[in-house]
Amino acid sequence: MAASNERKKLLEVSGLTMDFGGLRAIDNVGLDIFEGEIVALIGPNGAGKTTFFNCVTGIYEPTQGDVKIHPPGGATRRINGMKPNRITALGMARTFQNIRLFPAMTVLENVMIGRHCRTHTGIVRAILGGAATAREEKESVDKSYQLLKKVGLAEVADEFSRNLSYGAQRRLEIARALATDPFLLLLDEPAAGMNPQETHELDALITRIRDEEKVAILLIEHDMKLVMNISDRIYVMEYGKEIAQGTPQQIKENPKVIEAYLGEEAHA
Amino acid sequence: MTHLKRSLGIGLWFMFLTLPLMVVRVNTVSSEVEWRWANLVWAGLCAFAIAWLWQFSIERRAAKRAQVAADAHPQKRKPTLAQRLADDPVLNRRVLLGVGLLAMAFPWLVSSGQNFYHVNVMVSALIFVVLGLGLNITVGLAGLLDLGYIAFFAVGAYTYALLSKNFDLGFWTCLPLGGVMGMLFGIVLGFPILRLRGDYLAIVTLGFASITKIVLENWDTVFGGAAGIANIPRPDLFGIELDGRQKAIYTYYIVLALVALTIVVTNRLKNSRVGRAWMALREDEIASVAMGVDMAQTKLSAYALGAFWAGLVGVVFAAHNSFINPDSFTFMDSAMILAMVVLGGMGSILGVIIASLALKLMPEYLRAFAEYRMLVFGAVMVLMMIFRPQGLINDMRRKYEYDTADKEDTDGGK
Ligand SMILES: Nc1ncnc2c1ncn2[C@@H]1O[C@H](COP(=O)(O)OP(=O)(O)OP(=O)(O)O)[C@@H](O)[C@H]1O
Ligand SMILES: [Mg+2]
Repeated sequence: MAASNERKKLLEVSGLTMDFGGLRAIDNVGLDIFEGEIVALIGPNGAGKTTFFNCVTGIYEPTQGDVKIHPPGGATRRINGMKPNRITALGMARTFQNIRLFPAMTVLENVMIGRHCRTHTGIVRAILGGAATAREEKESVDKSYQLLKKVGLAEVADEFSRNLSYGAQRRLEIARALATDPFLLLLDEPAAGMNPQETHELDALITRIRDEEKVAILLIEHDMKLVMNISDRIYVMEYGKEIAQGTPQQIKENPKVIEAYLGEEAHA
Repeated sequence: MTHLKRSLGIGLWFMFLTLPLMVVRVNTVSSEVEWRWANLVWAGLCAFAIAWLWQFSIERRAAKRAQVAADAHPQKRKPTLAQRLADDPVLNRRVLLGVGLLAMAFPWLVSSGQNFYHVNVMVSALIFVVLGLGLNITVGLAGLLDLGYIAFFAVGAYTYALLSKNFDLGFWTCLPLGGVMGMLFGIVLGFPILRLRGDYLAIVTLGFASITKIVLENWDTVFGGAAGIANIPRPDLFGIELDGRQKAIYTYYIVLALVALTIVVTNRLKNSRVGRAWMALREDEIASVAMGVDMAQTKLSAYALGAFWAGLVGVVFAAHNSFINPDSFTFMDSAMILAMVVLGGMGSILGVIIASLALKLMPEYLRAFAEYRMLVFGAVMVLMMIFRPQGLINDMRRKYEYDTADKEDTDGGK
């Protein structure tokens, strides 16, 4: 991995452990992400992938270990136990495995919430109005609309988000996360519930986001075709432990990984 | 056909149920049992008709739902009346102007000489409109269930009563002070409950309202106890002497101005970054936090702002009644205001105004049917929950104006 070492590190997780009462959902996991990378985190159901996301984004406070971020052009910070909204403001945004949109808000408004941490209008200025407030509002609208275009949802901008199809809702979550201007995007099973055509488009979308928005991506995914297609590196978890990491080719041939997946199928 | 059969069954069942109640009567004078069979027929017929209507409307609603669900182009669905009104700025302005003029002319139209009953009724109703709009911020927009909202109203009312009694402060000085006091109480109470949600929040706010009432009732050296505080001065107009009717009309215009102010402020907030954050928090707390919304700050601001309006209008209430005691601030009032928000449609300004006026004016003008008031009230509630669970006005979508032009090249410089 000499090539990656020359690049700037964005996220550095080491020794991460998360206990729920007696259950150790994550056991001493380390993970690094470098600029411009697409990294996949895979593993059988219940391996602790979503919990890992929750620890990194501040939803849970990890029991042990370090989560450090190195924002481009910013100081290194340890973010364990920081509030989720602060972490988002620092530049990490995520989507959710079980879609969490704002159903009674329009598609555009959903994305505009992503702009919240980059805008400043407070109560007083919202009440008084004024040119600066109007300008900020317009910027939010325009930026959000452009993002909707990017994910192909511009036509339904004024629709309630609850009326969208499953695949469209997942893309809307991506647009909303992108609206926070992240340097690292964390996607939790973005292809779940999509048909093959939609998955194929998602594949292109994720790569495009990486290239156009200069955002590194960490994704959890069960669709192996998608994972092998787009990832630069892959981490594999099983029962909370990290059992392998490497390029897609290395992972495909790793006996431990094969066993973890075959074992799961044999049990199922 | 099944409808007919089922309705028939329900009719028969009701005939049986009401038999002892409506048919058999013991005449206490002659000690004879009277059998009023005609009543039985009526009960059966009514139950049958209602049951049939009921099933018919339920079926129609289901059909409508299925149609909506099957609709492949949700945008082409026919917009509701309220939505059309909101989307058409010219029509919108005309309606607003008309309603505004009517509201301005109202006291002169309905009062004359010493008869200003309707003006007073309207003042009470408008006070509740402000309360409804204030609670709409906390419950409707931010989704923080508050069962003790009336406590902030009491804070405002007592602020004015005490300040005018003890320090001789005038109405106009106390008006903002009442609002600020309400807000301070909102913040003080807001801090500990930030972590609570739903039922827990409801219980704590309920407790807060009870505590407030108990303190008001028992600390009589300060608050006058159960007897309350009397002779609270009415709003003053540069020291000009006003007769009863003029005072009522003057108060009417003050509340009307407050209503207008509340509408403008709520509307602006609702369509701003702050309002969107409130709504996002209402829709999904975890998602909004993960999208960078500061939960503590946002919740607290919604809570404090809601309390502000209650405190503000509490001052007007005290001045209008010129007498307050703890009985004006019961749980029933909190529940009533909450009902206004829920029936009107969570977050909808127009809906809350309509619901507040209806809930406050209906009982007043239905005094003739005083016995059935609560019955009608309950029936309306049940019917609303079944047929319009989202409230009178819902499904309002705000449309933003955006450049549809491509901005791919400028986008890189974000
Ligand atoms: N809040 C919680 N409290 C207790 N246990 C939890 C909690 N969240 C997750 N777990 C447990 O931690 C383990 C890992 O769950 P997690 O959701 O991270 O798995 P996953 O890898 O995302 O699985 P999937 O592929 O099904 O999404 C599971 O055993 C789960 O039951
Ligand atoms: Mg998961």
